[in-house]
Amino acid sequence: MPPAVGGGLAGSELRPRRGRCGSQAARAVGPDVATEATTRSPKRPAPSSRRFEAPGRWALLALVTLMSFATRFHRLDQPPHICWDETHFGKMGSYYINRTFFFDVHPPLGKMLIGLAGHLTGYDGTFLFQKPGDEYEHHSYLGMRGFCAFLGALLIPFAYLTVLELSQSLPAALLTAALLTFDTGCLTLSQYILLDPILMFFIMAAMLSMVKYNSYANRPFSAPWWLWLSLTGVNLAGALGVKFVGLFIILQVGWNTVSDLWHLFGDLSLSMITHMSGIRQIMPHMPSTLHWLGLQVTVGKHLTARILCLIVLPLALYTATYAVHFMVLNKSGPGDGFFSSAFQARLSGNNLHNASIPEHLAYGSVITVKSARMAVGYLHSHGHLYPEGIGARQQQVTTYLHKDYNNLWIIKKHNTNSDPLDPSLPVEFVKHGDVIRLEHKETSRNLHSHYHEAPLTRKHYQVTGYGINGTGDSNDFWRIEVVNRKFGNRIKVLRSRIRLIHLVTGCVLGSSGKVLPKWGWEQLEVTCTPYLKETLNSIWNVEDHINPKLPNISLDVLQPSFPEIMLEAHMVMIRGNNGLKPKDNEFTSKPWHWPINYQGLRFSGINDTDFRVYLLGNPVVWWLNLLSIALYLLSGSIFAVALQRGARLPAEVEGLSQVLLQGGGQLLLGWMMHYFPFFLMGRILYFHHYFPAMLFSSMLTGLLWDTLLRLCAWSLASFSLAGHVHTLGILSLLLGIAYRPPRRLKALTPPWDVTKGRADGIVTAVLPSFPQISKYS
Amino acid sequence: MLGFLQRPVVVTADINLNVVALTAVGLLSRLWQLAYPRAVVFDEVYYGQYISFYMKRIFFLDGSGPPFGHMLLALGGYLGGFDGNFLWNRIGAEYSTNVPVWSLRLLPALAGALSVPMAYQIVWELGFSHCAAVGAALLILIENALITQSRLMLLESALIFFNLLAVLSYLKFSNSQKHGPFSPSWWFWLILTGVACACAVGIKYVGVFTYLLVLGVAAVHAWHLIGDQTLSNVRVLCHLLARAVALLVIPVLVYLLFFYVHLLLLCRSGPHDQIMSSAFQASLEGGLARITQGQPLEVAYGSQVTLKNAFGQPVPCWLHSHQSTYPVIYENGRGSSHQQQVTCYPFKDVNNWWIVKDPGRHQLVVNNPPRPVRHGDIVQLAHGMTTRLLNTHDVAAPLSPHSQEVSCYIDYNVSMPAQNLWRLDIVNRESDTDVWKTIVSEVRFVHVNTSAVLKLSGAPLPDWGFRQLEVVGEQLSRGYHGSTVWSVEEHRYGRSQEQKERELELHSPTQTDVSRNLSFMARFSELQWRMLTVRSDDSEHKYSSTPLDWVMLDTNIAYWLHPRTSAQIHLLGNIVIWASASLATLVYALLFIWYLFRRRRRVCDLPEDCWLRWALAGALCAGGWAVNYVPFFMMEKTLFLYHYLPALTFQILLLPVVLEHVSDHLCSRPRPSMAWLSQNGAPGVLLKREKRRSPSKRKAVPAGRTPRRPA
Repeated sequence: MPPAVGGGLAGSELRPRRGRCGSQAARAVGPDVATEATTRSPKRPAPSSRRFEAPGRWALLALVTLMSFATRFHRLDQPPHICWDETHFGKMGSYYINRTFFFDVHPPLGKMLIGLAGHLTGYDGTFLFQKPGDEYEHHSYLGMRGFCAFLGALLIPFAYLTVLELSQSLPAALLTAALLTFDTGCLTLSQYILLDPILMFFIMAAMLSMVKYNSYANRPFSAPWWLWLSLTGVNLAGALGVKFVGLFIILQVGWNTVSDLWHLFGDLSLSMITHMSGIRQIMPHMPSTLHWLGLQVTVGKHLTARILCLIVLPLALYTATYAVHFMVLNKSGPGDGFFSSAFQARLSGNNLHNASIPEHLAYGSVITVKSARMAVGYLHSHGHLYPEGIGARQQQVTTYLHKDYNNLWIIKKHNTNSDPLDPSLPVEFVKHGDVIRLEHKETSRNLHSHYHEAPLTRKHYQVTGYGINGTGDSNDFWRIEVVNRKFGNRIKVLRSRIRLIHLVTGCVLGSSGKVLPKWGWEQLEVTCTPYLKETLNSIWNVEDHINPKLPNISLDVLQPSFPEIMLEAHMVMIRGNNGLKPKDNEFTSKPWHWPINYQGLRFSGINDTDFRVYLLGNPVVWWLNLLSIALYLLSGSIFAVALQRGARLPAEVEGLSQVLLQGGGQLLLGWMMHYFPFFLMGRILYFHHYFPAMLFSSMLTGLLWDTLLRLCAWSLASFSLAGHVHTLGILSLLLGIAYRPPRRLKALTPPWDVTKGRADGIVTAVLPSFPQISKYS
Repeated sequence: MLGFLQRPVVVTADINLNVVALTAVGLLSRLWQLAYPRAVVFDEVYYGQYISFYMKRIFFLDGSGPPFGHMLLALGGYLGGFDGNFLWNRIGAEYSTNVPVWSLRLLPALAGALSVPMAYQIVWELGFSHCAAVGAALLILIENALITQSRLMLLESALIFFNLLAVLSYLKFSNSQKHGPFSPSWWFWLILTGVACACAVGIKYVGVFTYLLVLGVAAVHAWHLIGDQTLSNVRVLCHLLARAVALLVIPVLVYLLFFYVHLLLLCRSGPHDQIMSSAFQASLEGGLARITQGQPLEVAYGSQVTLKNAFGQPVPCWLHSHQSTYPVIYENGRGSSHQQQVTCYPFKDVNNWWIVKDPGRHQLVVNNPPRPVRHGDIVQLAHGMTTRLLNTHDVAAPLSPHSQEVSCYIDYNVSMPAQNLWRLDIVNRESDTDVWKTIVSEVRFVHVNTSAVLKLSGAPLPDWGFRQLEVVGEQLSRGYHGSTVWSVEEHRYGRSQEQKERELELHSPTQTDVSRNLSFMARFSELQWRMLTVRSDDSEHKYSSTPLDWVMLDTNIAYWLHPRTSAQIHLLGNIVIWASASLATLVYALLFIWYLFRRRRRVCDLPEDCWLRWALAGALCAGGWAVNYVPFFMMEKTLFLYHYLPALTFQILLLPVVLEHVSDHLCSRPRPSMAWLSQNGAPGVLLKREKRRSPSKRKAVPAGRTPRRPA
């Protein structure tokens, strides 16, 4: 390979137009400056990279890939029992195989892929995935683990290629690959049936394709440019389809695209109309608008291509995953209650599927009442009292997401206690504005409210179940109103949006959406709100309706359209995510714990005899990463200030500084994007949330050390051994990273952990039971 | 020396009568009938109680903001001779005669009044005309929401005042940068910027957004300064250092000063003591200090102590035991050890006393000289009244079955040996010595046999446990958590050999004399931390609103209602001003984007200095609006219309700026801009033509350098 190619590669990456922007661009007057800028494009002498021939490069890539696969697939079948969140994601894979509907806070793609992998490798979906530690026995689980490990193993070649593209330096890429290969955390996280390897795969693939298409910036609209651009879009859709954390890489790609377009926009050479000067001579007074329009053609083409590949394509794919999700899951399952009545009518096996129920409410009907706010659930009561000190000591009334006999209520007239279902009496429909009594079917207590403060929302009134066998007091009377209807109208099942107004206090029955403590079984609070603002909290609809005296009608009219289903699924997921709050007194992982490897996550192993798995990063790698970020900020700002001061750097140093500022800048942005938003999140957090950021930080480490060592070698150029500084440095780093933690994990126990005195190591000491297992991680 | 005999002493004063007039009108509008109504109006009921605390110098804790705002209000009370005796319990209550209403409301009103001339100054300093500046001031003057908010004992007007002051002084500073860097006025305005920012943050935390905005603008300016190659390196360094000191160090110092004064003023114990640590409480007069005065400092073997949990959730409580035992079988069918209960009890009680015992010896008295207990020592804790030893074992705790039960050991002669050795782990030994000290030391008790840590689970026990709080041994001992940390609150050296004597001793109060002093920084950091973490229950309010309601003025707050005449005070904005200010923001944003895009294509509609002025006005006014408004969308607390007022003030400043710009550059196509076009337009056109020809040349160069992937 001729040496010119190496320089060309560097030039293509270091796109000189990035270097001049803002005020500098304004100074670029005349064509001579433009050409100067191109010729001045840093010729990076990359002595070591030139040394490798093309086959050598491929061999290295193959070696890296091989190492990665070897480490990820080594003893993949161990332990042969459920580890940590495999219990959730394996279970959800089974749901896809069994086609039963479920609810999860994450988008469906990752679990769908797990299900698919299981299906293809002969797993039949019969394993229950009940709790961590359960043996798999004869069930085929290796296919699913193998799939995750395969994606996890691909991370390393991806990182290798990304760094190679950004720095044009093999040592940097190798260093990165070594960092990730030898990191115990990445290794552990890639080996089990989890969403994280899938998520990280898509994130890294998106990053790689973005970097690749950037490198074709000077050949826009060529075939590889289109390929990488659309691959970026595909991977973005994948990342978002696995977890909402994928949003961060979308933001990063978005930022990259916007700044890219901004530079294209400022590039005055991009014009399709060459006769502008002629037009200007004809019409000298209106140059600017035409100028404006004319120049936009090329830029517009760029813009359209990006909108197509980075917005339309991912959105279409993302929507498609949901379409598949809802198509596959067509049987009623554990997730039904999270969704609205109309949605449930789609699921076979649900009591609303093909159901026919009486259309209008009548006295004596047995009904369930559902909140109009999504993911709040049904009005519910049960035979437990509010604890002492929390309002009156009467029966609890809550909302509950799951279907249950305790959700059934009977509508009765407020003033008589006669049984309306007595066949001798005529059917009497409930009308808008009627005063009614709601009797809880199982416990025969009336829905009741009074001037006691509600358990959580102190300014609202408490709602209780009161009375014996339906006999209560005047505080049990509610006026039923239909939103936006005239008085006297009948009330329709499912369709009518109703409000229940307490007659004595004038407050409105509502759900605050807050989770009650343990005494309320962590169901949601129901209150009577004195503020009559019309919000979804206080609007309900009747779902199930049983009345033998009335004729039934079919419910098929309620089928929601696909966009409605999408919207509802997202609302439910977002609420679910927000609902994952840490409990008081619980030790939770804080974002600042993560980069310093403060504390890991136990994957498996309850007692001494078990196969124990503990997720913890390799301290050498992680602390090196941490150091590198600080070092990067320091060296990056030194270079930035030097450039801003207009210092004239030698060509070689300038090339290195460009790599550092641009390539490193992208990686630093990636790290920040995948790390800092966690500080703002209210939900419960886990150590493994840091791993996408850790990938970026490892890439930054590789790039930084290579660049710094090159700078060192350059500054020591006068000494004879200078050339070896770089080689030696890289080698020692590689060796250092390969440090394998000692067999006894005890050595990894952070010195500030109180368990350090224990003889039997961290694993047993840290977790005697299972509180750490996340509900949804 | 006698120079004045030769030359006359001349004082030349430039007095801008506009400013004087605006100040006068501002004062008139804000001070007119200030003492009316003589009743508690809305949040005065809230701030008033803190004023009373200041007057009585009683310590309090308010999580809503730093103390500077409260201190300003209290200063008004001090000047008016308020003695703090008023019961702030109800909106609408008549003030008694000892409350100096006028002087209490004076400072917020002054701040509101001075905002008017400052608006004028800001628009003027931004480089716009006197007409626009007067317009801005008049708009601020007649905005009724600002008037209402300024005339009461509330903090928003002071916050707005300091926000504006920060922006104004930064503008003055950056304008004097051109002619006289490092001149006295340059220094004055620079430092005033920092001080004003600190004051704004000191009144309410939301002031930090304006501070960040000013910092951001300063950073951009500094970055340009770095790029200015006419300055020497040393000079650039001096510039940067001066800015760093004035805008970073000084605000921090001023902020600390607020807390210093705050803690200096509030030296008596009060209703919020319980939330603070024992050490902090001991630094206040009265309260805990009275109890702990004169206790021996170092805990020794044989010491009698009470142990307070550091977490304080759900209530502050002390480690406690009593004669009752755990029930053999709980309600849910699980079994217990049937040993003596250990709980956490939120009241002072003789059963809270524990004796630190050396496992090697039998005696429960302190030797002479006392042997202090150190970090890592193995101790036993004997319950004072029953002399049973604190014990934990592999039995599930009553309410937290994952954790171990903690009991006082009773030997039932079954195969359940006593496991009553605890290793002392002093958490804060780094900052202090490793000797266990009263109040100061935060300790954990790590069980020797099971390495469980003594922890308050916080769950109230059922009736058999008298609803006291459950204490457990927890093996999840990772990290620091307040619920596992205990500190000695009351302490004395035990002297009695006999149990009867000892019981008497335990019942008697502790005595002797030493005073505990925490350093200011320790007190500051604890207070600041508690203020940030104290949880105010987010209650819905009748007049609460969402940020979206504010822009459209879709909400109001009823502040006060006269009981008889039905005269009312409402916080309600001037709809014309609000709508036109919002419109101006929109117009500004659109115009800005338009100009920006066209500049990117080298079409300069505005001359350079005009563009810079336009951009700076936008950064400070539209930016000031945005940073004071957008964050509210992410806040979970209860929001009210008055939270929008700081943002509104900045938005109002933008209105005349946009109007002037539109009338100068867009409406009339007058001579100035045409003249400018003829001057600057021609070279611009020339430039573009040459540019357009260049691609042919440019293409030739990179063609040979097309990158190829190595195959």
